[in-house]
Amino acid sequence: MIEESFREKRDAGRKLLVPYLTGGYRDDWTDVLRAMADAGADAIEVGIPFSDPLMDGPVIQEATRLALEQGATPRSVVAALAAVDAGVPLVAMTSYNLCFHAGHERFAQMLAGAGVSGAILPDLPYDEADGWLAAAGDAGVETVLLAAPTTPDARLVEICARSRGWVYAVALLGVTGERASVASSAAELAGRVRATTDLPVLVGVGISNAEQAAEVCEYADGAIVGTAVVRRTLEGASPEEVGAFVADLRAGIDSGGS
Amino acid sequence: MREPSESGRFGEFGGRYVPETLVPATIELEVAFRDAWSDDAFRAEYDRILRDYAGRPTPVTACDRLSAELGVRVLLKREDLAHTGSHKINNVVGQALLARRMGKHRVIAETGAGQHGVATATACALFGLECVVYMGEVDVHRQALNVFRMNLLGASVVPVTSGSRTLKDAVNEAMRDWLASVESTYYCLGSVMGPHPYPWMVREFQRVVGEEAQRQAHAILGDDPDYVVACVGGGSNAAGTFAGFVDTRARLVGVEAAGGAAIGHGVPGVVHGSKSFLLQDEHGQVTEAHSISAGLDYPGVGPEHAFLAASGRATYEPANDEEVIAALQLLTRTEGIIPALESAHAIAYVVRAARTGAIPEGSSVLVTLSGRGDKDVAQVMDILSA
Repeated sequence: MIEESFREKRDAGRKLLVPYLTGGYRDDWTDVLRAMADAGADAIEVGIPFSDPLMDGPVIQEATRLALEQGATPRSVVAALAAVDAGVPLVAMTSYNLCFHAGHERFAQMLAGAGVSGAILPDLPYDEADGWLAAAGDAGVETVLLAAPTTPDARLVEICARSRGWVYAVALLGVTGERASVASSAAELAGRVRATTDLPVLVGVGISNAEQAAEVCEYADGAIVGTAVVRRTLEGASPEEVGAFVADLRAGIDSGGS
Repeated sequence: MREPSESGRFGEFGGRYVPETLVPATIELEVAFRDAWSDDAFRAEYDRILRDYAGRPTPVTACDRLSAELGVRVLLKREDLAHTGSHKINNVVGQALLARRMGKHRVIAETGAGQHGVATATACALFGLECVVYMGEVDVHRQALNVFRMNLLGASVVPVTSGSRTLKDAVNEAMRDWLASVESTYYCLGSVMGPHPYPWMVREFQRVVGEEAQRQAHAILGDDPDYVVACVGGGSNAAGTFAGFVDTRARLVGVEAAGGAAIGHGVPGVVHGSKSFLLQDEHGQVTEAHSISAGLDYPGVGPEHAFLAASGRATYEPANDEEVIAALQLLTRTEGIIPALESAHAIAYVVRAARTGAIPEGSSVLVTLSGRGDKDVAQVMDILSA
């Protein structure tokens, strides 16, 4: 469902925008999610808080900590998603242990049952992913795999063969967080992924504003924006204000990409 | 103990659960380690440094007064006498040699009690490498002397303020550094944990402890010991020790901190790169360990220990804080050896097991004394005067 809609949109000339939100750390987080969908997001990544968010920088770590402190659990976050009619695909992003602990089948069915279309498990490289990918596939959950600047071409082929929905090109070496400029590694990696697969290629990690989102959309099919969204919500932005930021990102990639 | 499978597994445990960014680096490390470990010149240099610099072989001491007190024959493998005061030097000498061989000039490490941090800083000073050590803020305070030692050795110590601010969070932060610096930086992991090849490689670099102890104990006893006991946090001194005895008849016992008993109270999980037993809540969130000893304050355990426990070749027992303090005092007064709080867990188990008969009277017990207690003296003073 993600892949189909993303391919259609891409082939129609639209650049894809995927904002990220940590689930469960504000009472109105699902309102924020809806506002982002209304503002032109093509899909939304929802972080299921994990105690040890290895790939995250300080901002998403803090949102994760607050969410856990407020009692967010995988079940509570996913249950809240079941009640949201966002109108765009939702993708769960979390650490593999929550999935492993629940059991692959149960976790995949929990996501599918709540209408979550996809999953991203950054600490589950494809070498370790056979069991999960099979369970996710059976449940109709599309697992987006990450490609990194350090990924050699031979691994890239394997990643692209297994990834569903899109291929997540990690723009830089490092954790999530805003950066002053887009890393030069982003264009190089996006180019290599594009040369390997026909799947949509989205660039994420370190994409901080509309200009940067537009910049990566010059060589990729879309942009993923996480910390810049989460920071605003941590600073108290209302759902409308976050929606306005996402609309700004949308306008940026629509003007830059045409 | 055998080499892990091609996918880095000991039975179902182990693996390489790291973000894609790091997978190529762990593969590169595995290739480099295999190459070095089968290179006679590398082995000769490693052996030479352990001998001429780190003071190996460390002795095995027969503890006559403690043995008389407990009714079992206790031998101590004296890693407390190795340079920097613990077994950690064996691993860092190996990894620093490997870092140099791989052309990496910056080394990062995590540390709990500070012993691995001090050892890494020492090896980096010896080889002229830049060294950054991540240490939980709680541990920075309770191990202030080791922080100063690291600074004196030229390392930068970065206090980690996230999560429980102990070893687990220091590992998170070291891995975050490595995500950004992987092309130029060598991650010197301090225990038999993390993604493949670390659990295997660190065990190989610690194997010297068990191989020496097996020969030395045999010379003293005329036989292998009945029991071999070592404390387990991540489990590097135990893994190295067990490697020397796994093919003997000795019963292998790992001793966990009661408040951080990943094997005793954990269930299989995945964190910090490998699948093993892990303390976690009903949802799979990693829970915090609580131990008097910073070095055992870790909710996970090395995957090979999970395998040894599951296969029954080794058993794992808890020791609580009170038993540990009592054991530290007993060893100190009967033998004139002040053990590290970590190592005192192993002694505490032997004391309890000898008194309950779990270790029958007259048995021989080889205990690895993984480190000396100097770093803990101030903390023990506070506890005993409270």
